Amino acid sequence: MAEDAAPFTVGEIERFLIDEAALLDEWRLEEWLTLMAPDARYLVPPLDMPDADHRATLFLIADDRRTLASRVRQLLSGTTWAENPRSRTRRLITNVRLLATDGSEARATANFAVWRFQHEASDVYVGRYLHILVRGPSGLLFRERRAVLDLETLRPHGKLSFIL
Amino acid sequence: MKANWKLLVENSMDGYHAIPTHQRFFNQYLADIGMDTASWAGPNRIQGIGLALGGGHAVIENRARALPITGTAKGELERIRARLVERVGPERAHRIADYSRNLFIFPNLILISSWHTIRTFYPLAPDYMEIDAWANLPRGESAELRQRRFENFISFLGPAGFGTPDDVYALEGCQRGFAAWRELSWSDISRGMGRDQPSSQDELQMRAFWRRWHALIQGLRGPTDCSDRLEQRAAAE
Repeated sequence: MAEDAAPFTVGEIERFLIDEAALLDEWRLEEWLTLMAPDARYLVPPLDMPDADHRATLFLIADDRRTLASRVRQLLSGTTWAENPRSRTRRLITNVRLLATDGSEARATANFAVWRFQHEASDVYVGRYLHILVRGPSGLLFRERRAVLDLETLRPHGKLSFIL
Repeated sequence: MKANWKLLVENSMDGYHAIPTHQRFFNQYLADIGMDTASWAGPNRIQGIGLALGGGHAVIENRARALPITGTAKGELERIRARLVERVGPERAHRIADYSRNLFIFPNLILISSWHTIRTFYPLAPDYMEIDAWANLPRGESAELRQRRFENFISFLGPAGFGTPDDVYALEGCQRGFAAWRELSWSDISRGMGRDQPSSQDELQMRAFWRRWHALIQGLRGPTDCSDRLEQRAAAE
C-alpha cells in the first residue's frame, strides 16, 4: 500500500500539532518551516471576517511559501526589532478534530491559546486553526494553516509580530 | 499603541527612520522577492524634500521607489500610467505618478501615497492611542490586480506586516524612554535646520507640527508659518 494511502487519524494529527507548537515556542523557526508543503499558505484573516477569501479581502497575513520563508529569515535576522529580543510564547493546542479527508489530504481544526510575554506585558491570542494537511516524505506537512483569532480587537498589543 | 499620539505624527512623515527601523523590509524582504533595493538604501538611494505648508501641515516628497507591486503588477501599472498621461498630460502625470508623498494634515491625519493609505489616530491617555487606517483601492480593477494591491499593502502595513510592528516597537520604546523626561526634557528634532531646502531625511516637517502644536497649547495666535524661517532670522540677528 502506498504511504499516501495511509488514513489520517486524530491521534497522528494531534501529535504533529503539539510537536509543531514546540518548535515555534522554542523559536526553531527554520525547522518549523520544513513542515510547510511547497504550495503552503499561512493565513490570518481579519478579525471581523473570519471566513473571508484572502484573494478578495485584506488579511492580516496571507503568506505564500516564499513570503513565509522570508518572514522566518527576518525573524531570525536580529533586525526584526519587534522580536529582538524575541517574545516568550507558550502555546496550548487542544480540541483537535478531523473534519474531512479524501485520502490524500485532511482538513482538521484545533483550538489554540498563545500567551505572549514581552517588555513586562502579557497578551493572549485565542482562536482556532483550520489546517489542510498532506503527507510528505517523512511525515505530515501543512498545505494551509489558517489561524482564526477570536479576539474582537488586537488591543492593546496592536501587533502580531510572531508566528501564530 | 502604547505611545503618545504625537510620536505617530513624527513617525508617519519621517524619512530618516525608514532604513534603520525597517531593515527587515528593505534589506531582506524586497531582496527575497527579487526587487532591486538601490532606490531605498545605499549610495544611490533616492532623497526627496520636506516642506512646511503652513498651519502645522507638512509633507515629504520622494521620487517613487521600488515596492512589491512595482514588480508584481509592472505591466498593469504601466498601462494605468499611460491612461493618466492621456487624461492630464505628461507633466502632470509625472508629478502624480512618479512621486510619493507623506502628507500630514494638522493635527492627526496622514495620507501616504505609496501605500494608498489614510491614517488617523486619537489619544486615550498620554501614553496610549488608538489608530484607524484604511487601504484605498481603485474601483473596477481586475481581481488579480486587487490581490496584488492587498499583498503589497500587508507586506509592510498592518499588525503583522514587515514594517508596522517595528514602528510600534520603536514608538513604544521611545515612550518608555520619555519616562526619564525629568532628567532629559528635550527631544532633538533639529536635523536639517540650517539648510535652505531640508530633505525628506531631515526634520523640518516635524518642527512644523510641533511649532503649531506648541502655539495652540500655549494659547498663542501664531505661528501659522511653521517653517524654519523665524529661527533662521533670529539666528542672523
